[in-house]
Amino acid sequence: MSLTTNTDYTLAIEDLTVSFDGFKAVDSLNFYLDKNELHVVIGPNGAGKTTVLDLICGKTKATSGSIKFLNKELTELNEHSIVRAGVGRKFQTPSIYENLTVLENLEVSYPVGRSVFGSLFFKRTETVLEKIHEIAKEIMLFDDLETEAGLLSHGQKQWLEIGMLLIQDPQLLMLDEPVAGMSVKEREQTAELLNKISQGRSVLVIEHDMEFVAQIAHKVTVLHQGKILATGDMDAVQHDPKVIEVYLGH
Amino acid sequence: MSFFYEKILGGKNGTAHLLILAAVILIIFPLFLDAFRLNLVGKYLTYAFAAVSLVLLWGYGGTLSLGQGIFFGLGGYGMAMFLKLEASSPENTTIQSTPGIPDFMDWNQLTELPWFWEPFTSFTFTIIAILTLPALFAYIIGAAMFKRRVGGVYFAIITQVIAVILTVLIVGQQGLTGGINGITDLRTLNGWDITSDSAKYIFYFINAGLLLGVIVVSRLILNSKFGHLLLAIRDKEDRVRFSGYDVGNFKIFIFCFAALISAIGGAMFTLQVGFMSPSFVGIVPSIEMVIFAAVGGRMSLIGAVYGTLLINFGKTTFSESFPELWLFLMGGLFIAVVMFFPNGLAGIWNDYSHHITNRLGFVKTGYNKIKQTLVPQKIQDSSH
Repeated sequence: MSLTTNTDYTLAIEDLTVSFDGFKAVDSLNFYLDKNELHVVIGPNGAGKTTVLDLICGKTKATSGSIKFLNKELTELNEHSIVRAGVGRKFQTPSIYENLTVLENLEVSYPVGRSVFGSLFFKRTETVLEKIHEIAKEIMLFDDLETEAGLLSHGQKQWLEIGMLLIQDPQLLMLDEPVAGMSVKEREQTAELLNKISQGRSVLVIEHDMEFVAQIAHKVTVLHQGKILATGDMDAVQHDPKVIEVYLGH
Repeated sequence: MSFFYEKILGGKNGTAHLLILAAVILIIFPLFLDAFRLNLVGKYLTYAFAAVSLVLLWGYGGTLSLGQGIFFGLGGYGMAMFLKLEASSPENTTIQSTPGIPDFMDWNQLTELPWFWEPFTSFTFTIIAILTLPALFAYIIGAAMFKRRVGGVYFAIITQVIAVILTVLIVGQQGLTGGINGITDLRTLNGWDITSDSAKYIFYFINAGLLLGVIVVSRLILNSKFGHLLLAIRDKEDRVRFSGYDVGNFKIFIFCFAALISAIGGAMFTLQVGFMSPSFVGIVPSIEMVIFAAVGGRMSLIGAVYGTLLINFGKTTFSESFPELWLFLMGGLFIAVVMFFPNGLAGIWNDYSHHITNRLGFVKTGYNKIKQTLVPQKIQDSSH
């Protein structure tokens, strides 16, 4: 049905709709994401932000519409194929493996040995260790490589999960509220990290903290009742009367 | 070498625990137990295969199977079919109306061997069947469940239901399976008397060796990336899925491997006990296997063996004097372990072993102090 054509965008969402028992959580959404773009989606509770991420990564199946990632249709793929195509997604609550060490968490996420037998015969080579060390430095957990992940602070867990995605070197990185529950200092460090990692890939972030959004966003989209209310840079969006009315004004 | 030491033996602690277990089952039991008791321990150790399989599947994989008896039973029946066919040679069964078929078939008016019994005349086929058919059956169940993302309590219930179905099938098809009595009166293996004491000793050691081998292979699996993924799937299945893994395949593999281990245990059971019956297939034995693993420690391959031995020694001791009370006692023990010692014997050992070592260390330093104070006195004494 959908008349989608190939584009230069990393991510092109067109006419995307999902309805749960008649309730349209996402309603004919059109959304484009450029290379090297860090795009933040904001919006009140129930606006459909997390649902959009669920749709992209295949957790929820779309009712209609198309999601093209590097011109590859994602709505027809299963979850692990979407990840292998280059889409990484961080969950809202930190999802890490508490019983494994930081090093093991990163190793398990390393994108080699993803089949049953591949993982049985996977070897921790120098290349693997180098990559793990590189990522660990980037997420500020190099000194905690041997720490059991369950013992990390909340903020460090969030970073670890970001690191687990980075090690897969995704072209599209989606982060659901990456600074929720972080201290001011941790927020600053996270902003720095996101600015760094958005080079060479596209990043889609859901966030509530407006100060943090202003720090990182190249572009902001306001979602309301499953539809886009406004898109643009932070300044333009903040002064958009519609946005002020439904969201910022409250 | 260090790979072998770290990954297979599990480092210093792992090696020590494995050596202690090997010493207990390979040296201490054979030295101190008579042939009858040793055969009994051998029987318990066949259950330990199933308990070890549950450590992998349930403890690490987070998937509780209440139907490991299915695979234990399939392995046991495979071996029993071969032994029964050998025991039913035409010379041995001349009094039957159809000589050359197992006695229970004759009683059920069967006049020829059913087709699926035919290949079990070959020992090679039997061994291959024991090593593949239960795993294949597990693959079919696993693919049907895990690909549809059926898990947790639903999976447990379904495996239990399959255990019941299999029992009902075996009991109902008396002419094909020996029914409720099972397959009995097994005497020889390729002409070798398996009821003799020497055969029992040999089977005991083969069984113990296989069990240790299974533990080593399981350790290798748990120490690989696969093993870490297993834990990861247990704790955060979605995170694994959204890291590019087809989670279902991993669960299917460990379920098949658990089935294979249990089947080896079943086959060794038949060899040592001399019969196989549906009472080792159904719900009760399957749940008992879960209790063995839970009591031993569901995160410990070696703990599972001790758990199995402990419960079975208890069963033999108590059920001789209080047969009605035993089930309640075992149920109570299970609840107590789950509530107070969720990591079982292995957990208790891990929590308290360093206290014990410290205590021993205290004794040692105390001994040294006493020695120091005593020895100079002696020197003084002798100088007089």
